[in-house]
Amino acid sequence: MTAALPETGRLAENIAHFARALRRAGLPVGPGRVADAIRAVAAAGFTQREDFYWTLHAVFVSRPEHRTLFHQCFRLYWRDPQFLEHMMSFMLPSIKGVQDDRRAEAGEKRAAQALLGDARPEPPPLPPGLEEDAPEIEIDASATQSAEERLKTLDFEQMSVEEIAEAKRMLARLSLPVKPLMSRRMKGAVTGPRLDPRATIRAALRHGGEVLDLKRQKPRIRWPNLVVICDISGSMSQYSRMVLHFLHAVANQRGQGWARVHGFTFGTRLTNITRHLRTRDVDAALAAAGAQAQDWSGGTRIGASLAAFNRDWSRRVLGQGAVVLLITDGLDRDDAGLLSREIERLHLSCRRLIWLNPLLRWEGFAPRAQGIRAMLPHVDSFRAGHSVASLEALGRVISDAGDGGDKARLMRLMADNAR
Amino acid sequence: MSDLPGSIDAVETLLEGEGYVASRALATVVFLSLKLGKPLFLEGEAGVGKTEIAKVLAAALGRRLIRLQCHEGLDAGSAVSEWNFAAQMIAIRAGEAAGRAGVFSEDFLIERPLLAAMRPQPGGAPVLLIDELDRADEPFEAFLLEALSDFQVTIPELGTVKAPEPPIVILTSNRTREVHDALKRRCFYHWVDYPAFDRELAILKSRVPEAAETLSREVVAFVQRLRGEELFKRPGVAETIDWAKCLLALDVIELSPEVIADTLGAILKYQDDIQKLNGLEATKILNEVKKALT
Repeated sequence: MTAALPETGRLAENIAHFARALRRAGLPVGPGRVADAIRAVAAAGFTQREDFYWTLHAVFVSRPEHRTLFHQCFRLYWRDPQFLEHMMSFMLPSIKGVQDDRRAEAGEKRAAQALLGDARPEPPPLPPGLEEDAPEIEIDASATQSAEERLKTLDFEQMSVEEIAEAKRMLARLSLPVKPLMSRRMKGAVTGPRLDPRATIRAALRHGGEVLDLKRQKPRIRWPNLVVICDISGSMSQYSRMVLHFLHAVANQRGQGWARVHGFTFGTRLTNITRHLRTRDVDAALAAAGAQAQDWSGGTRIGASLAAFNRDWSRRVLGQGAVVLLITDGLDRDDAGLLSREIERLHLSCRRLIWLNPLLRWEGFAPRAQGIRAMLPHVDSFRAGHSVASLEALGRVISDAGDGGDKARLMRLMADNAR
Repeated sequence: MSDLPGSIDAVETLLEGEGYVASRALATVVFLSLKLGKPLFLEGEAGVGKTEIAKVLAAALGRRLIRLQCHEGLDAGSAVSEWNFAAQMIAIRAGEAAGRAGVFSEDFLIERPLLAAMRPQPGGAPVLLIDELDRADEPFEAFLLEALSDFQVTIPELGTVKAPEPPIVILTSNRTREVHDALKRRCFYHWVDYPAFDRELAILKSRVPEAAETLSREVVAFVQRLRGEELFKRPGVAETIDWAKCLLALDVIELSPEVIADTLGAILKYQDDIQKLNGLEATKILNEVKKALT
């Protein structure tokens, strides 16, 4: 659209200011949208506050989660005719004080900070699990293997600080290769199962309308999404941190194959950390993810968390043949019936469900806990995830649809116990 | 053909004339989209009337409705146009069509929805409904960018076809995946929410006018209450309407626990949800609803 912007004078200026405030609050508002907004307001007229609200809403909001933020920004910005003057002096500490005293509604804090030009929000304190110098038990391991070899099989829980740092470097190099899926889209191929009539006619025309050979096509391949749901409760914290490192590597390495990597953490409640995983620096990414998930190293409610995932996210992230990696020890004190129902629902909605359980490292692990007994029948594969080597092994088998890990053995054990 | 509505109020009246009770917010976006000739992108839960708005708009404006149902692997061949290969072969054989320009001409082109929408239609520019865009894959989304921002499509062998008058475009998505921002930026966006009690009652009255007042109120109140429950799939407006029709067909004049148990399948589509609500829970909700209504 190249039409000149309508003359709306101060209103246009105000809208531009408002857009800037929205941008600071985190809405993706570019200059193009500002121009659109001015045109839209000119078209809709400036009669009712409600219409004005929805007009700007139509232009500036493009995701449901932005609605609250928009609402708060709008309320703060247009509430007070004097507000523009306040805007002019938005660095004044007195105004900031007034804003801070009020009880913050959802999104209001971010909106207020954006409007008042406050410096970036203060980073919340690091969760206990993410501090670099977490106390670790040093163990005296025998040096019969090379250092890297030893580290590969060493339990994450028994690593020293230096060993953890080294293991993280090793994890960053690991990959999780994926088997592509058959797409329903076609592409040209010398030998393909399907005829490509369009190309055939074009080729024929080059030879004066004589069909000399038939052009063929075959299905293109496409890559599935990976969804990782990671337990960060107290019993899992060391593993989860390492697995999240691994996950960050998988999410950020180019050419791994996965179309998208979605990350979720849960302890007592479910948190989506996908956005944080995209941060290039792994420590910054995990710190941000940790700050968002408030339930590090707390209790576990697997059933309720999976129910939240099924209700709020499964339809949005499990389409297009996603593979789910569930990382938990399965020690859940809640109702096993709920857990069993929700894990079944999860299993039915995804292409493949792989359960990583660090407890499996123990010799003679048996599915005794009721949570484990409830979940085991509904997963496609059950594997250990306690060391660099086991994650490496995961990389080798994740694309193998037939791999069940230790599931079959444990199911037999369960059946024996029942008898 | 009727002219485009000139104000937000006019849009409300227009939609109401076809039995669609729109919220002020939705009427505003529809008005803006018509007035500024920009596509309208509607997202929301299933059954809140996203697809319906396109149908109603086409009927009210007297335009042709062209629908493109998206699915995985949707390609230019089934979205824009295809060549009639059999006819081309025959023409080449018969020596009628001389050379390239001969067989790659309009005569051998089979129109698909996107191309049809770019052509002038009786009654004015058509309403193009691109339904459930989230079901198509990302390459198709990229392909749509040209069609939606410049209202033109390109056929490699023929060239670019530009719409003389831009179609009214409505895109819907159920949000089974996130649609790319580049596409959203070219549209007006609106999240269609479940309606509040009064509006849902108005919708039900306009869609199922033969239902008795008390029954309608009970049905709407019950469904509204259900949406607050922890359900895997909350019932949409479509379910409310279906349910009211079911109850009418059964000659029900008042909700009772037995009736609800028998017809729950009309509003809840997952076994888990039905199980959760069967028996005591439904009776409890019904009692609360009846109490609130009196």
